[in-house]
Amino acid sequence: MNLLQEIIAHYNHWIIIFLMVSGLYIVVAHGNMIKKLVGLSLFQTSVYLLYLSPGKILGGTPPILSDQFTVYSNPLPHVLILTAIVVGVATIALGLALVVRINEAFGTIEEDEIFAEDEDE
Amino acid sequence: MKLDVVFRIAAKIFIPFMLVFALYVQFHGELGPGGGFQAGVVAAAMVVFYAIIFGLESAQKIVPPRVVELMVPAGVGIFAGVGVVSLLLGENYLNYSPFGGDSQHGQEYGIILVEIGVLVTVTGTLVAIFYSFVGRGRE
Amino acid sequence: MISAHLPALQVVLPLLGAVVCAFLKRGSWAWLVALAVSLVLPAIALGLLYQTYEGGTISYALGGWRPPFGIEYRVDIFNAFVLVLVSVIGAVIMPYAKRSVEHEIPEDKQAWFYAIYLLCLCGLLGIAITGDAFNAFVFMEISSLATYALIAMGRDRRALLAAYQYLIMGTIGATFYVIGVGLLYSMTGTLNLADMANRLAGIEDSRAVLAALAFLTVGISLKLALFPLHVWLPNAYAYAPSMATVFLSATATKVAVYLLLRYFFSVFGVSVIYADLPVSWIFLVLSIAAMFGASLVAVFQANIKRMLAYSSVAQIGYITLGIAIANKTGLAGGIVHLFNHAIMKAALFMALGSIFFRIGSVRIEDLAGIAKRMPVTAGVFVVGGLGLIGVPGTAGFISKWYLGLGAIENGWWWLLMLIVLSSAIAVLYVGRVVEVMWFREPSPVAKKAEEPPLSMLLPTLLLTFATIYFGFDTFLTAHMADLAAQLLLTGGR
Repeated sequence: MNLLQEIIAHYNHWIIIFLMVSGLYIVVAHGNMIKKLVGLSLFQTSVYLLYLSPGKILGGTPPILSDQFTVYSNPLPHVLILTAIVVGVATIALGLALVVRINEAFGTIEEDEIFAEDEDE
Repeated sequence: MKLDVVFRIAAKIFIPFMLVFALYVQFHGELGPGGGFQAGVVAAAMVVFYAIIFGLESAQKIVPPRVVELMVPAGVGIFAGVGVVSLLLGENYLNYSPFGGDSQHGQEYGIILVEIGVLVTVTGTLVAIFYSFVGRGRE
Repeated sequence: MISAHLPALQVVLPLLGAVVCAFLKRGSWAWLVALAVSLVLPAIALGLLYQTYEGGTISYALGGWRPPFGIEYRVDIFNAFVLVLVSVIGAVIMPYAKRSVEHEIPEDKQAWFYAIYLLCLCGLLGIAITGDAFNAFVFMEISSLATYALIAMGRDRRALLAAYQYLIMGTIGATFYVIGVGLLYSMTGTLNLADMANRLAGIEDSRAVLAALAFLTVGISLKLALFPLHVWLPNAYAYAPSMATVFLSATATKVAVYLLLRYFFSVFGVSVIYADLPVSWIFLVLSIAAMFGASLVAVFQANIKRMLAYSSVAQIGYITLGIAIANKTGLAGGIVHLFNHAIMKAALFMALGSIFFRIGSVRIEDLAGIAKRMPVTAGVFVVGGLGLIGVPGTAGFISKWYLGLGAIENGWWWLLMLIVLSSAIAVLYVGRVVEVMWFREPSPVAKKAEEPPLSMLLPTLLLTFATIYFGFDTFLTAHMADLAAQLLLTGGR
């Protein structure tokens, strides 16, 4: 019973772990370059949650000073994650741009086909 | 597409409000939630919206690719330049305190300045990404 | 007044340079800007090294926000040493870059190439100078994204593939790093590395902190290409433009090693790393695997650029061996090898880039007999190769000497034998190329080759002389590495 409560109490961690592992699995298991990037994006998103969920303090208000409130949520994780999101956007955009050019150069975006073609050279 | 009156009229109604909203988010940034990044995304979304309705060519007539390409370093230049001004005023890099009469106002003006830099770069970058993906293989 | 702001200028100058380069259309103007910036940076770095050598750690509060609340740039003797390394390499390769880039990059892309290069430089210097965990991540991604773009600018279409693979691996590495930082942040509530180290006292053996250490180690090891995580490196180096290969091989992995050492020694501390956890053994096994495995693979490469890339993986093994040996001499050996390997590998890749500039190929059959037409460049290859082997009188010997002494201090005679044995494999792969270059009949392309222009030859020669010079005068290298190792092992930061 106690164990069950503990598992439920940390539900945010389970969501994070699920997203993290499934993202990483997609990156490793799929040969399609777009799908790999999707997995990568999912993997990064899980980290955003890892930062954001401890930043929320129960009963805390948005961190704008006011006399009525004494408990505020921590704003710093949001700032950090805003930066991380920008980095993620840049990474995915660059990755997709590379995939577009790979498609133009090799005529496919399946890794196994590209490697097969590469060995012929 | 160009004959689709509903889309075109709706776009003409929406787009000015998108721009106003972007500017609202921008200039609200130092007081409340908002700021250059969000405003830049809204502004870029406006260009993307316009391009979807009226076509890439007409969007590029209003916001030419060359301008977009220059916006990217320009914003970074504004941000970094503000920091250099702090240095010249004898403070640490990016310390906004000397910009105003007292340090509180200095911080406020400093944030407004760098947020303009962020707006320019984010808008430029997102529109540039959109242009290059959409324009790829056309010419 | 300006001396107080050196830490900020070190990072801001390349950033401003990148902005100016992105505005310019002409490649040669962008080159001038990049050259000017690159020549100022070593002066700043040496100034910082002097200040830390004389007066101890420098702390610079970015934006005037007092640490640990704001971002702090924190320079001690160790990262001043790394800053000098990165900025000096950056300065030496700029004169070389002009002709090489003109040859390999289309005219309309050259200004962008220099802008991206300066961003990469900015990111690497930023990682080395910052005292803030998350700021280090941002700089890491600035440099990595710039690196992917630089690699993708290679002329071979496989460069795109290499860049894509590096992007996937590098992003996984960076994300692992952020996970580690996130766990540490939720445990300590701070991102300032020095503050974090204080707050970790007492909770070092909590599971979240150990998980953070594991994530950080794996994430940074991906970036520094520690042996089983190195698969992105050979293709990336082999297909990138010559100038990018020279720069990355000399700096990118070295800065990642710096970051790893910073976390190990300044944040977690010697007792956690060595006494509580088997870090020493893990790195020992992986380093030896790198020294032998990667060297053996290098012997069988037909593409010489790829061969040198595998040799880099092996040489990184020697650097991490310093962590494994875990005493001051060994650690100093690892740190000094950061520097020595950087100059030797840069000289070798520059020589190779010059050959590519003249004959358009780096395959071993095309290099046959090239020494008859390009004796100086082929000579550089010999000296650099001797350095990789670790022959006395070259910089490579100094590193291996320290590593060997460190191994003996631990009573690990067998490790000394392994170091010597792995150097013997280096004899094989270096010797194979030298034999082909000097003693074969010239290949059809090699017959038409001639020495590269002076602007490419002089920087190459400069680094070659440095390889020999630092084999004798070790004040700037071994002495500084010694001080840095001392600082790290006493938990200094």
